[in-house]
Amino acid sequence: MAAVDQLSRVFSALADPTRRDMVARLTVADATVNELAEPYDVSVQAVSKHLRVLEDAGLVSRRRDAQRRPVHLEVEVFDLMTTWIERYRRRAEERYRRLDALLESLPDEPEGDIE
Amino acid sequence: MNEAEVIVDDKLPMVRIIREFDAPPAKVFRAHVDPELFVKWNWDDSYEVRFDHFDCRTGGSYRITMSGPEMTGSVHGSFHDVIANELIVQTFAPDAFPECVVLERHRFEDLGNGRTRLTAQSLVESFEYRDVFLDAGMVEGYARLDQLLAEI
Repeated sequence: MAAVDQLSRVFSALADPTRRDMVARLTVADATVNELAEPYDVSVQAVSKHLRVLEDAGLVSRRRDAQRRPVHLEVEVFDLMTTWIERYRRRAEERYRRLDALLESLPDEPEGDIE
Repeated sequence: MNEAEVIVDDKLPMVRIIREFDAPPAKVFRAHVDPELFVKWNWDDSYEVRFDHFDCRTGGSYRITMSGPEMTGSVHGSFHDVIANELIVQTFAPDAFPECVVLERHRFEDLGNGRTRLTAQSLVESFEYRDVFLDAGMVEGYARLDQLLAEI
């Protein structure tokens, strides 16, 4: 269940376009709150709020070491999502391989006897 | 090579599967609306599946009872629009959880040369429920949902 909860938080966190944009920029390099706030027409406080949502979802972390406290993207969380989506895809693919086989065995004319 | 592609929307609790088939739309459509054909591919052999009724046409409905390693129970659904060889729009929910209704749209696209592109789109109740859906697949999801509901 913990994994389900975490994935829910990840999806909710990424439902917001500003937060998605912040994540996209963090894939390039770590950044401070001020650097992240720069391109947006919002206060640093608003950006901090977005960051807290991303932090709660486990998507980003903030290092304690320097004064700058750069924001760091936690790539492993994206791996979890990728794993779940890939497993869902594999199950769909298994169903559709069975459908492939069935379609091959069907007669071509739609009115044909299917028994 | 035909391979299923999955698109997970990040604004809506929606999942989309896109898959192409080496068969014309009429055939792919038939494999969805004819219960005798549908049962042959939608579940693997580990499931025992019974169609209480299955009336796949505009305004029709169905109820399916299944029993397998990860899921035992019934789902029921309504077909809102069924356009031959083109479109199936339906809603369905597990009998036990009528609020967890899924709006599903299957579009059958003629690619020519006897090929079809199927787009199966599922819009679910919430992001939480979609994650259950994603985690466990269409059918097994309900077993996980049991668990989820037992814990909250």
